[in-house]
Amino acid sequence: MSTIIDRIEQEQMRQDHPIFRPGDNVKVHIRIIEGSKERIQIFQGVVIRRKKGTMNASYTVRKISHGVGVEKTFALHNPRIEKIEVVSLGHVRRSRLFYLRGRRGKAARIRERGYIQ
Amino acid sequence: MPKTIGILGKKVGMTRVYSEMGESTPVTVIEAGPCKILQVKSETKDGYNAIQVGFSQKKSSRINKPMTGHFQKAGSEGFYHIREFRVLDPDVFQAGQDITLDTIFKIGDIVDVQGLSKGRGFQGVMKRHGFKGGGDSHGSNFHRAPGSIGCSAWPSRVVKGKKMPGRMGNTTVIKKSVKVIDIRPEENIIILKGPVPGSKNGLLKIYSR
Repeated sequence: MSTIIDRIEQEQMRQDHPIFRPGDNVKVHIRIIEGSKERIQIFQGVVIRRKKGTMNASYTVRKISHGVGVEKTFALHNPRIEKIEVVSLGHVRRSRLFYLRGRRGKAARIRERGYIQ
Repeated sequence: MPKTIGILGKKVGMTRVYSEMGESTPVTVIEAGPCKILQVKSETKDGYNAIQVGFSQKKSSRINKPMTGHFQKAGSEGFYHIREFRVLDPDVFQAGQDITLDTIFKIGDIVDVQGLSKGRGFQGVMKRHGFKGGGDSHGSNFHRAPGSIGCSAWPSRVVKGKKMPGRMGNTTVIKKSVKVIDIRPEENIIILKGPVPGSKNGLLKIYSR
């Protein structure tokens, strides 16, 4: 990769996000503009995928909302994300947790992986 | 219609930038300039108005004698790439003058970009001309072939310009109406919205409007 592109990407990349993995439960704080007002919306769920890359890195969060499974994919370096908060760490044995889509309730549980300091 | 002044550049590659609103824009990063005017051509002397511009410095040991003389006339060092820009009024330019990004472009400008498109080799009509082709299955025996290329007894020949398979790409392509997202004059970098023709390290002509 070109050093010029590296530098341009480096300027925009966010270094303030915590480390999180697939299986972790996270709260994503999204800054949303409604009319002239700005507020923060929280999307909490399980990280089911992390896509690697520099500026193209992204992650998908899945939650059950009113009995319906909802997935949202966020760009890791998007400036509209206020912060990512790791709620709990999950122990999973694969990197893509698409199997959760076919499960609900008890079957969709994820074992804890230690505690957050 | 003669194009107005422009600059020469080298395609570095693509990435994305985010706006304040969090919108992602695909961009191409181009290393453009500084260029030097080597010769000013005028209607009276050369038959057309243009400026000859050099880009990307070349060691003097790599330049042959005729070209050394040409560069010396402009009082400049040697260049790898020499191109012309048609201008309306050649009198405002002087040989030896520098062209830099910040003097001709600003953020938000609309520019045209010319480059040599990537060569695709010998391609069929579907890729080369966007023919639809036939079905892949359900008993179809017609897949990617061009089909009929004309009529029978009359005109008894294939019309000129019929779209057929052949060499694709490796041609000069101008992409028009490209927005300037960012300019960094100190680094000689211009960032344009979307893709531009050609491969990485390919020479580009960026025209101002």
